[in-house]
Amino acid sequence: MIMKQNNELQLIIKHFFRNILGVAGFLIVMLMVLSAIFADFIVPYDPIALNIKERLQGPSFSHLLGTDQLGRDIFSRMVMGSRVALQVALPTVFGAVSIGFVLGMIAGFGPKWLDNAIILLLDTLRSFPTVMFALAVVALVGPSLETVIFIIIVTSIPTYGRVVRTQTLSIKSSEFILAEKSMGSSTARILLVHILPNIFGPIAVLSAMEIPTIIGLEAGLSFLGMGVRPPTPSWGSLLNEGYTLIRNTPWLLIAGGVPLIITTLGFTFLGETLRDAVDPKLRKRN
Amino acid sequence: MLGYIIKRLSLAVLIIVFAITLLFVMIHSIPGDPVSTMLGPRATPELKASLEERMGLNEPLPVQIAYFFTNAITGNLGTDVFTNRPVTSIIGEQLSYTLMLIFASISWSALLGIFLGCYSAIKRNTISDKILAVLSVSFIATPSFVVSLYSLLFFSVYLGWLPAIGAGDSDDLWDQLIHLVLPAFSIGLSWVGYIARLVRASMLEIMSENHIRTARAFGLPRRWVIYRYALRLAILPTITVIGVGMGFLLSAAVFAEIVFSRPGLGKLVIDSITTRNYPVVMGSVLLSTIIFVVSTTLSDIINAMLDPRIGRQL
Repeated sequence: MIMKQNNELQLIIKHFFRNILGVAGFLIVMLMVLSAIFADFIVPYDPIALNIKERLQGPSFSHLLGTDQLGRDIFSRMVMGSRVALQVALPTVFGAVSIGFVLGMIAGFGPKWLDNAIILLLDTLRSFPTVMFALAVVALVGPSLETVIFIIIVTSIPTYGRVVRTQTLSIKSSEFILAEKSMGSSTARILLVHILPNIFGPIAVLSAMEIPTIIGLEAGLSFLGMGVRPPTPSWGSLLNEGYTLIRNTPWLLIAGGVPLIITTLGFTFLGETLRDAVDPKLRKRN
Repeated sequence: MLGYIIKRLSLAVLIIVFAITLLFVMIHSIPGDPVSTMLGPRATPELKASLEERMGLNEPLPVQIAYFFTNAITGNLGTDVFTNRPVTSIIGEQLSYTLMLIFASISWSALLGIFLGCYSAIKRNTISDKILAVLSVSFIATPSFVVSLYSLLFFSVYLGWLPAIGAGDSDDLWDQLIHLVLPAFSIGLSWVGYIARLVRASMLEIMSENHIRTARAFGLPRRWVIYRYALRLAILPTITVIGVGMGFLLSAAVFAEIVFSRPGLGKLVIDSITTRNYPVVMGSVLLSTIIFVVSTTLSDIINAMLDPRIGRQL
């Protein structure tokens, strides 16, 4: 059994690294994570230090991407922005996956009425257009990083919940679960030992593919001024400043947009390749 | 079939009712009350009380929800705090701009996406197919508001080819179309990728089916078979995706309207948030939720009509 798992893992890794886009995605994600972790050592200037004398400068050796309207170094703000992106993406995915797991497994394993009730809840949460819902919440509680995280968790629960439910349903009716049941296993044991590990793969892939959406949404809300508060540097707030100064300098837009595009691309390539590598059916096709 | 339609429609109504209730409960469980948010910190208690009474906020929550439903059914979503105009008419004015934008975006992206998907499927595994595949993923992954910003920067600010702001003169059709180009491009770009991938996949599936092979075996020309028989079936999933994607389109429209300073639902909401015009925000959010639910329901029903197997699942 252990041999087989090792082989499976090796097969996945082999298939993953055979795909150029997957490798590119992996490298981009690593680069982004490392720059977020070591941001303090990379940035040449304090990203929130004002220097009005040197405002709105173009790129030079001392300021790689120039300075903004308050004289802050744009490159430093860009590097620090990766931190905000991850600060939102990680807790959001964790929160949404956890809640999605609980709801999905209850729906898939519990009685029919509970299943229907949870599906109705998931369908309802899914029926709010994300940005509109976000604006409604922000209008009430005011913009903050926590609000953004809360909003994205609530709107991504249905994605995970539905997948977990479907997977639970299909595993529940398989023969080995029947065998476990007939030997007197408790529901908790079946759920935790047998069903949970089997659902983990698809959910991990789904999470990798959801991260670009989350990072994009956070940047979008910060761009609208409904996310991270100034002076915290985020890609969205860089884009916001770039938009107001669009006729003065393109560098703010470049510093906010290019890393955002590259990161979302990186996570998407990573997720897609991972999906193809993990699924034996898709693996054969390629 | 009728049974399915009735079931699906009642589910849609249930979801809308549930969504409104959920929104109400959420608003009330979140710290801070709408009246203080609207009037600001310096409001006198008397002023607060009078506004609370006007908005019915001093009633218990179930009563408020019941009030809201009875009003909403008659098309009354409350009144604007500042101008005292009915919220429905304010939203109505803006909605047409947003719907026009969404329609323009989805039209061009569906046309191009279907063409590219079809082309990729025919040229399967060639270099151009692979390039298109990478391009499609890239289009999907790029956030639409970044596309908006960069196309504004490039086509309006640098090249000066297209207008940067507004929706154009309402009497001048050409002017309106010109103003629609960049926003519709920005919203539609990711949909080109999405639809192309979808059409390619379903086209490949259909091309291997028996009736297509038979048609080819009868000696019908390849082109004829592709465009006459395969493509007609291959674009069916696109209908569903557009229906389900209405929520994403509405969200993308918010950004495009802000970036290009276009009138519309999104701009209305953002402006209402800055002026703390709470009834307008709630009305717009509810309306967009209803539009979203209606479009998903419609696409489900259309799909069930086209493919009777789906109808039996519910």
